[in-house]
Amino acid sequence: MDFLTLIQILDSTIRLATPLLLACLAGLYSERAGVFDIGLEGKMLAAAFLSAAVAYVTGSVWLGLLAGIGASMLLALVHGLASITFRGNQLISGVAINFLAAGLTVLVAQSWFQQGGRTPSLMGGARFEPITLPFADALSGVPFLGPIYGDLVSGHSVLVYMAFALVPITWWILFRTRFGLRLRAVGENPAAVDTAGVSVTRLRYAAVLICGVLCGVAGAYLATGLQAGFVKDMTAGRGFIALAALIFAKWRPWNALWACLLFGLLQAVALRYQNLDLGGIVIPVQVMDVLPYILTVIFLAGFVGKAIPPRAGGEPYVKER
Amino acid sequence: MAAPDAAKAPAIELRGISKSFGPVQANKDISIRVMPGTIHGIIGENGAGKSTLMSILYGFYKADSGEVFINGTKTNITDSQAAIAAGIGMVFQHFKLVPNFTVLENVILGAEDGALLRPSLAKARKELTALAKEYELNVDPDSVVEDLSVGHQQRVEILKALYRRAEILILDEPTGVLTPAEADHLFRILENLRREGKTIILITHKLREIMEITDTVSVMRRGEMTATVKTAETSPEHLAELMVGRKVLLRVDKVPAAPGAQILEVENLQVVDSSGVQRLKGIDLDIRAGEILGIAGVAGNGQSELLEVLGGMREAKGSIRLNGQPLPLSGAGADASARRQLGIAHVPEDRHREGLILDFHAWENVAFGYHRDEKYQRGLFMDNDALRQDTQAKMAKFDVRPPDCWLSAKSFSGGNQQKIVVAREIERNPDLLLIGQPTRGVDIGAIEFIHEQIIALRDQGKAILLVSVELDEIFALSDRIAVMFDGQIMGFRDPATTDEKELGLMMAGITDTRDPVSQEASQHG
Repeated sequence: MDFLTLIQILDSTIRLATPLLLACLAGLYSERAGVFDIGLEGKMLAAAFLSAAVAYVTGSVWLGLLAGIGASMLLALVHGLASITFRGNQLISGVAINFLAAGLTVLVAQSWFQQGGRTPSLMGGARFEPITLPFADALSGVPFLGPIYGDLVSGHSVLVYMAFALVPITWWILFRTRFGLRLRAVGENPAAVDTAGVSVTRLRYAAVLICGVLCGVAGAYLATGLQAGFVKDMTAGRGFIALAALIFAKWRPWNALWACLLFGLLQAVALRYQNLDLGGIVIPVQVMDVLPYILTVIFLAGFVGKAIPPRAGGEPYVKER
Repeated sequence: MAAPDAAKAPAIELRGISKSFGPVQANKDISIRVMPGTIHGIIGENGAGKSTLMSILYGFYKADSGEVFINGTKTNITDSQAAIAAGIGMVFQHFKLVPNFTVLENVILGAEDGALLRPSLAKARKELTALAKEYELNVDPDSVVEDLSVGHQQRVEILKALYRRAEILILDEPTGVLTPAEADHLFRILENLRREGKTIILITHKLREIMEITDTVSVMRRGEMTATVKTAETSPEHLAELMVGRKVLLRVDKVPAAPGAQILEVENLQVVDSSGVQRLKGIDLDIRAGEILGIAGVAGNGQSELLEVLGGMREAKGSIRLNGQPLPLSGAGADASARRQLGIAHVPEDRHREGLILDFHAWENVAFGYHRDEKYQRGLFMDNDALRQDTQAKMAKFDVRPPDCWLSAKSFSGGNQQKIVVAREIERNPDLLLIGQPTRGVDIGAIEFIHEQIIALRDQGKAILLVSVELDEIFALSDRIAVMFDGQIMGFRDPATTDEKELGLMMAGITDTRDPVSQEASQHG
């Protein structure tokens, strides 16, 4: 493998890791607050569709992004209503959201655009274009550093930089602010928060809505950044891989970054080498595709030590004396 | 002792508080006055309405009617935040701490000074040092709460309240989980708080604590406040009578034990739990016929595991002999059913989890463990009529109220649930009775009855292994006392020649009882 190929694979790793990272951080906020969310997938999908649709109609990718965030937040609100206000089962609510999004996006897409459940291809201002960072061109002649800066660091859409910036920001919010302290507390022992005179309901809604915003960005990036338009089921299980990454990361922001980069790398390799030839033994692409899931199972089986979820996770808070 | 000053307004005054949950009236027209700078006890049986009353005061429940006055001002306490603002702090029976947070983080949670944590943490650290000095509330501010002993966790709860400028502190059954030494320390803290003018409400069912530390005491029975008296002018017997509504015998009458043949011999019993922690580190003990061996200790030092092994609910290494016959400790024949066949009856520590199925009828619960008995069989089927008759007879004999075998187990009070379990196990006439926390969550009247049954079984020449975290109970029943600490038996004592202090030190892992100073040191270690 030559240097340029490596750069290309890493470049594609960054792009593929971005939606995973956004969804993973989304899940982190929600689950740290004690609300399990397997509806990341559905929220991303809804956001992907609506952002593509609005971007196509208005020609503005920013309006598309806003619409995507709105769609995702609406579903997050449904999840919040079901699991916080009505104290329902969080897994069932999440599954319902996934089904709802999978069906509704295709149905509405067909009714609006008549293209078999997809949106028309996005062009120009309806897509997030790559940004060329300063000096990228000037440095392109420099060996080694040039390609790294020019191709790997520079040349991504603004959402990619945002996603990576969110890692330290999330860490700072969680561990350095009052909101973060309360958020972590409500996921560990909501009764402690309640008796301290802080509303458990408001905190959990806040967390679920932040989750909605980030899933919205992740979905919008899929349809308007990574690809040009919405296709049926385009999230392709990314919401679930993000969940696996979250567990693998033990619900910590920096770990989440590394986990998502690892899963992104696996996807990038699978994308580049359809059938990997290792000296006579051909590894079919399907093996590469399932690798993230197999890795997750192996990790969770105890390879990386115990992953302890937030203690109050998955349980609606019922006030007792 | 601070004398209540008649000129001052009461720190807390409740007037005519009533609260119903559906058809159950938990609080009926309750009025109470607590003067500032005093410790006021509230005593009553389980379900008497103590906790409901305090929850109303802390804003968890809204009273149906009645008024609350704090320092003479009518105050509307709608939620915990309002209670905190009114200067009320509450230390719950089950701590409301975030286990993986540090002490500091727990203290500032909900009372932060701004959006950023750093200034709040620094301020709390300074304040904690001051509070520690003032009230003997020493806790390392940087330790993680789940690594602390229960006594220290309780101090964190008190610190939380003081950090929020609480002038009125409510403690709900604070000593239930403490060793005697920890309880003594807690009382010292409370006395320090009283000296500084704080008002304390102590909810408990332990008469001894009321007598020891309170200035005034209110007694609750069935939702009503039956009396408020000065502690100095009352006696435990009188309070017990007010609680139960009839005369209660506080001491257990028993003749000296007449130990007979060796029933149970345990040698080098070892248990390693599923997470690899060694829970029993070589237990040796024996019990003779007609003898009660009481096991004292703070909860979680291996007592539960010992009961589970003997009852066939957990595998172990070592040797157990019953009537001279070795028992299998793992594999076939080491289960609860086999043990019961051999004459080992087991009243488990947690009746809700292991003693009963709460949604099942009383008669079904009476069958558990003995459902294969000959007398309950009719051909291929169970003879439910026989079972129900049997249950009815047991309920009559053990005074279970109401005596209706069709009620589900959950509709009985704690005391009556326990009577059902005890009846099931004792009536089988076992050679060895294992009984864990026989009177946990049981009211005084039923405690008296259950204690009598245990003594009666001993006097029939049965061997009894009693595990209890209540030292009073251990002293009242045991013929010999073993103290467990950290999976080991620290030693055996004769209840006639030992005292609470000695046992308390042993419970904290100290066998050298000549040096009481080292105990505090080890607690901080």
